[in-house]
Amino acid sequence: MKEYIDSGKKDTRSGFGAGLAELGNSNPKVLALTADLKGSLKMDQFAAEHPDRFFDVGIAEANMVGMAAGMALSGYIPFIGTFANFATARVLDQIRQSICYSRTNVKIAASHAGITLGEDGATHQTLEDIGLMRMLPGMVVINPCDYNQTKAATLAAAAWDGPVYLRFGRPGVPNFTPADQPFEIGKAIKLNDGADVTVIATGHLVWEAIQAAKQLEAQGVSVDLLDIATIKPLDKEAVLASARKTGKVVVAEEHLIAGGLGEVIAGLLATACPTPMRFVAIDDQFGQSGKPAELMAAYGLDAAHIVQAALSF
Amino acid sequence: MEYSLEQIASQVRRDIVRMVTAAASGHPGGSMSATDVLTYLFFKEMNVTPENWRRSGEGLDQFFLSAGHISPVLYSLLARRGYFPVSELATFRRFGSRLQGHPSVDKGLPGVNQAAGSLGQGLSVAIGAAIAKRMNADPHTVYVLLGDGESEEGQVWEAAMAAAHYKVDNLIAMTDWNHQQIDGTTEDVAGLGNLRTKWEAFGWSVLEGDGHDFAEIARVFKEAHSRSRLGTPVMILWHTEMGHGVDFMAGTCKWHGKNPSVEQCAEAMKQLEETMGDFAL
Repeated sequence: MKEYIDSGKKDTRSGFGAGLAELGNSNPKVLALTADLKGSLKMDQFAAEHPDRFFDVGIAEANMVGMAAGMALSGYIPFIGTFANFATARVLDQIRQSICYSRTNVKIAASHAGITLGEDGATHQTLEDIGLMRMLPGMVVINPCDYNQTKAATLAAAAWDGPVYLRFGRPGVPNFTPADQPFEIGKAIKLNDGADVTVIATGHLVWEAIQAAKQLEAQGVSVDLLDIATIKPLDKEAVLASARKTGKVVVAEEHLIAGGLGEVIAGLLATACPTPMRFVAIDDQFGQSGKPAELMAAYGLDAAHIVQAALSF
Repeated sequence: MEYSLEQIASQVRRDIVRMVTAAASGHPGGSMSATDVLTYLFFKEMNVTPENWRRSGEGLDQFFLSAGHISPVLYSLLARRGYFPVSELATFRRFGSRLQGHPSVDKGLPGVNQAAGSLGQGLSVAIGAAIAKRMNADPHTVYVLLGDGESEEGQVWEAAMAAAHYKVDNLIAMTDWNHQQIDGTTEDVAGLGNLRTKWEAFGWSVLEGDGHDFAEIARVFKEAHSRSRLGTPVMILWHTEMGHGVDFMAGTCKWHGKNPSVEQCAEAMKQLEETMGDFAL
């Protein structure tokens, strides 16, 4: 199996901050708005370098969505940033009407998604956001796996004409994507060619899936491994080709089973290539306080659980 | 031929009643309370040229209807002002029409800048558009109309705070204060209270006027301009009457979202002079 080197743990939200800072200098149309979470969203550099294009709107997310939509009408490209819960569930109707139905070119930057938010507990541990965002017509949904991929995805989101949802996490995770690898929206990344089982992972679970694939290889099971950063639009060809080859598919994500990538893949396979599947995700429950690694293990979201799922067919 | 504001408003009210009757659905009450103010806005106040309209609003005044359910008055005025053919009013709420039940950009109807219908969102959008105009050094003004019942939405007050904070002074917001909402009066349903002191407390420059008196409407808009570009957003509270112009529809919430029968429509037509020619049904 191909070797992936962790160049040092970094949080994906910092990849967004770096991408935004780069856009600040390369594209004068890019704006940034936040609802009192400038530091958490790593917008400090953009805000310092472009104070005239940065808006901290206070703790008022609904208004932030509307303001961004109004700015986008004039050709600006606003990135609105807050925690994933407040960026989605709290303002779903505003995103639906003022962004998606009105076709305004707004990018939603959502941090602290998933269970790895950790100690803050279930009020902030958003596990529904992928489902909420992918249901909206016209919304692109991107869940990058590490710092470098997040930075590249941020640049790609700015270049995309239309609404984009970008999902980031809070803790540092291994950074292994080559820094010069461009991000192609809608394109799966093949991390390993294998024949026995397909593992499809997104976000923080991609590194866990790489570890799982190594362990499985050591046991004589070769894994066809896909990193799906763009959940919508889905790279259907890549998924179908892998499912046809292996006949077994595991999907791993830091999200509820309901609404998540697993359901997206299941929907595709059910109609185009019925294939036995296993879901490594959270089943119909809220999270709780704890350390990220401890929570990932407790809720079954680590390499060990991916291995277990892959061997369970 | 040049029409007076009264003549235009009479035709617009005829259009509203005929549209909702033909569609057997829609919102005539608030459309008729806002008719005079919006007639003045589109025919006298705003610097717009329909043939140059684009959603960006670049180089033109820009209007956002936040209370999207009063789409009949917006559609009638856009048609009468020349944004699209008057004959298209007959398609209101019909399958495939550009005149959706609530304003939409989905089918590209000229003059509609943003979807509205789910209440409370338009002021935020207008603030964003006004800030964009400021960043672009575009000297034109952004206008937005809210319903009084709509002001019960929390987002309106998030937006109110933001506009004052960002000194959005190229924005003239307006409230159609007809004191009615679906379930009753705004007092009985929600204790809406004193909108003037509420907006003033949020840091706005507030004006009031009779929204059915064209001389007063002209005076208040002039005053609004003298107060704009001074670092403070401007709100005009228009005192209006739901269903204004037809006696049996006036002053009650009953006609908020109800269409007249064919007979009631005929009765209403006797009270509203046809001035610019009815659209064909």
